[in-house]
Amino acid sequence: MILDNLHSLKFFLPELALTAGILLVILSDIALKGLRNRLNPLLTMVTLLLAAWFTFQLNDVPAASLFHGMLAIDGLAQFFKLLLLLAAALVVLGSLHSTELASVHQGEFFALLLAVTLGMVLLANSTHLAMLYLSLELVSLASYIMVGYLKTDRLSNEASLKYILFGAISTGSMLYGLSLVYGMTGSLSLYTIRDAFLNQAPEGVSQFTILLILVLTMAGFGFKTAVVPFHFWCPDVYAGAPTPVTAFLSVAPKAAGFAVLLRFFFSGMSQANGTHWELIRGIDWPLVLIGLSVLTMTLGNIAALTQNNLKRMLAYSSIAHAGYILMGSVVLTGDGVRAILVYLFVYLFMNLGAFLVVTIIYNSDKTFDIEDYNGMFKRSPFVAVAMAVFMLSLIGIPPFSGFMGKLYVFGSVIDKGLYWFAAIGALNAAVAAFYYMRVMKAMLIEESNGSPAPLQISFLNQALLVALLLPNVLLVIFWDPIDRWTSASARLFGGI
Amino acid sequence: MIPLGFYLVVSAILFSIGAYGFLIKRNIITLFMCIELMLNAVNLSFVAFARYYALLDGQVFVFFVMAVAAAEAAVGLGIIVALFRNRQTLNVDETNLMKW
Repeated sequence: MILDNLHSLKFFLPELALTAGILLVILSDIALKGLRNRLNPLLTMVTLLLAAWFTFQLNDVPAASLFHGMLAIDGLAQFFKLLLLLAAALVVLGSLHSTELASVHQGEFFALLLAVTLGMVLLANSTHLAMLYLSLELVSLASYIMVGYLKTDRLSNEASLKYILFGAISTGSMLYGLSLVYGMTGSLSLYTIRDAFLNQAPEGVSQFTILLILVLTMAGFGFKTAVVPFHFWCPDVYAGAPTPVTAFLSVAPKAAGFAVLLRFFFSGMSQANGTHWELIRGIDWPLVLIGLSVLTMTLGNIAALTQNNLKRMLAYSSIAHAGYILMGSVVLTGDGVRAILVYLFVYLFMNLGAFLVVTIIYNSDKTFDIEDYNGMFKRSPFVAVAMAVFMLSLIGIPPFSGFMGKLYVFGSVIDKGLYWFAAIGALNAAVAAFYYMRVMKAMLIEESNGSPAPLQISFLNQALLVALLLPNVLLVIFWDPIDRWTSASARLFGGI
Repeated sequence: MIPLGFYLVVSAILFSIGAYGFLIKRNIITLFMCIELMLNAVNLSFVAFARYYALLDGQVFVFFVMAVAAAEAAVGLGIIVALFRNRQTLNVDETNLMKW
């Protein structure tokens, strides 16, 4: 079902709410000088809640295409909208008591954060190349500014410069790929592109050319999801950006990048046949994705081993996680899509939690070095134990929710008979355990070297830490609703 | 009429020059110019394909690309100004506080 502009509007309310929120935050920042510091976070939270509420209202709507085929509304879209809004809300709360951001005026920060959220929501739903490009750039441009938000900080400057240079060249390559896709099929709509590929493999075009074009296109998605070889920006940007921004970047744009990757490859390059997707002729992209996935997790894990800066270590770990998530996209089944959704959902809580601990410790100690975390257990047992839980969850140790993500992803690969691929993944997870354990060892076992004063934590940060701990510990017990939710969400609108 | 292939060859050459320049140049402003070159290669091939298929959507896409490129240049220049204030250099080799 393809809806025209007027009929699409009522399914577009979450995005409209976000747009209104952006404008309101900018206005209040200009007009209400006395109130704005208190009002802006509140406005942002209200906007996000409103958007989430509108999204809930749309839960039972049958899958459809909005605005003459620009956007899709389906299970996948609903899932990612809620996930991204949740991530944005948690980051807003986590950024309120951060000394890094407290030194600068915060008005635009919340407007930018909402703009990135809007861009990501659109990106996750877009089924048209123009929409896809515009929303990708909306996410990118606003996040370049957020990374460079500490104007006088040289690391932050450098991070945003590197981000924009790598971002611009990645999207440039992606655009070139898209222009060639347009040239081969004569259409910008993903569904028409797929039909054009299905009906006749383009004449006079070799398989190699198609593969080259797909790799060019992958540059854009790979940049957003930090997949090797498009990952170079990741460690520097994560280390230089303000920590709440890093937390946001490591979770939300990555999720949106995977959403658009699924949409591009699953609805643009293959056709649904029950729960299984048939490849269109002439394209062997699972092989490309397997290669990228293995490279990504191996490089991420090995580079993380030697890092002393915790933010850099978490950056490489997030690259490795992108590799695990990519495993789910290889298998071309509904189970694979569900595995990706499950992984992104549990990853949200463990990674945001780890970065929240980094923020809390930086607030009082002004350091990101793992060695300076020594003896944290004496100074604040709660923070040390919380960090241990997040690390164990990132490793994928059974009682914690990170295990479920790994279980689904590896399970989907094993179901397909790719045992060696699963074995590489498991080996990587074992390597990863080493550097996560290093953080735990520093915090729990090592003796403090210097200031044994107890850690000062604001009430908000304590509450937020508990809120992030609970899903990590309890999700496994209450897994049934999540299983049902993700399997219902693993449905893409297949087109006309 | 000039055949489609000619436009595509020019577009590929432009894209390669842009990518090559991006890799070897050291001045940040020049890097941004190289990126513009790559985007213009994209624009050329979009317009050529749109003309070939006698469709308008490729041409409209080019407007989006140009508008976004302008926005990107604005953000990029803002970042460059902030960077220059803090370290008085535009050489990318000297923005090396963070490595590996």
